[in-house]
Amino acid sequence: MKDFSNKYIFIFSAVMVVSVAILLSLTALLLQPRQAKNVEVEKKMNILSSINVTSTKENAEELYDKHIRELFVINTDGKHIDGVDAFTVSLRAEQKKPLAEQSLPVYIAVADNGDTLQIFPLEGKGLWGPIWGYVSLKDDMSTIAGVTFDHKGETPGLGAEINTTPFESQFLNKSLFVNGSFVSIQVVKGGADPGSTHEVDAISGGTITSKGLEAMVHDGLIKYEKYLSQNRK
Amino acid sequence: MENKEKEPLFSAKNIKLLKNPLGQDNPITVQVLGICSALAVTVKMKPALVMAISVTIVVALSNLIIAAMRKYIPGRIRIIVQLVVIAALVIIVDQFLKAFAFDVSKQLSVFVGLIITNCILMGRLEAFAMANDPWPSFLDGLGNGAGYGMILVIVSFFRELLGSGSVMGYPLFEKIGLYKIGYENNGMMIVPPMALITVGIIIWVHRSRNKNLQETR
Repeated sequence: MKDFSNKYIFIFSAVMVVSVAILLSLTALLLQPRQAKNVEVEKKMNILSSINVTSTKENAEELYDKHIRELFVINTDGKHIDGVDAFTVSLRAEQKKPLAEQSLPVYIAVADNGDTLQIFPLEGKGLWGPIWGYVSLKDDMSTIAGVTFDHKGETPGLGAEINTTPFESQFLNKSLFVNGSFVSIQVVKGGADPGSTHEVDAISGGTITSKGLEAMVHDGLIKYEKYLSQNRK
Repeated sequence: MENKEKEPLFSAKNIKLLKNPLGQDNPITVQVLGICSALAVTVKMKPALVMAISVTIVVALSNLIIAAMRKYIPGRIRIIVQLVVIAALVIIVDQFLKAFAFDVSKQLSVFVGLIITNCILMGRLEAFAMANDPWPSFLDGLGNGAGYGMILVIVSFFRELLGSGSVMGYPLFEKIGLYKIGYENNGMMIVPPMALITVGIIIWVHRSRNKNLQETR
């Protein structure tokens, strides 16, 4: 390897950096629409799975259009906010705002059996990163018809179990309200009381994720408390 | 080097470049490089396979590129140049995975980005590509990528089979009715330390069968 002059080294680095930058921006720009589409389809699949509709990448859009009737944004008083696209609301950004200014998305959906369900998105913190999910409620605005959770990078086999059917199915038919007061769902370590309507089993070895999930469900849904009480049937 | 034009593309020497990393020169079991990702992405076979393919592509291409421009790379900044080439390739692979294999890219999450820090890449660039022609370097990259991938797939096969009872996502143990007779999945196989032990067992088997690798006392 021969010795190069400083000038050569500077020119070499400059040319290299500029060409790599051009190459990377081109790749990112060209692939961006496809990637955004993937994220959107995944979100639709998640929403569908919270009303117990199984979808694949191929039919998610079609099923979403079929099942989701209406989507809108409300504030913590339960009043509609106009001019905000509910689908693109970022809960993480909303959570940083003062409570009264937060936009809360609501999805009205029709399940396979004809029931009208309302879907509420959630976002919270697990052990390693964000966790999120969707909860669908029946007419009484208290009974859970289905949930779906997902996470960015919880420990496989432990915290990551929150997005598996055995964990999610525990939430079916649990109630958020007891005698009209909001109690949310407790994630109980060491076994939930089988008769309880607002307790589910925590994940062994996934305590922090379980606690994070409990906080996410509570903190996420309590913002809808007024809306839920007003629309109870 | 003067007779390099006459050397056929797949000469005995070049075949050796391709084959050695699979056996007696394996990056994981012999050189003990790239262990970190071998622990992290081997819970299921599918991500392991995608990781193996991604690493193979990146190591082969970066070897090729560095070897092609090795005479023009100033020695004083060669490590930086190597890193830039690797990092650019990894980002491109990552972008493609996000666009065309979204599920898998989600499972691999940060580990695709961490290919950049995989010791196999820098090791091969420094040890081989900086001193050899593009074609042998490309083969060397393919061989090392494949040698790495082979171990990843073997480790993930055992971890998925024993930890989740499936092969490539196919629920094998459930189909043959193993759970009905009281068998349970070993949750321990899912946690990273068991990957280390699996790799250790593979190294042990590999060494016990290969006299060249055994240290003489």
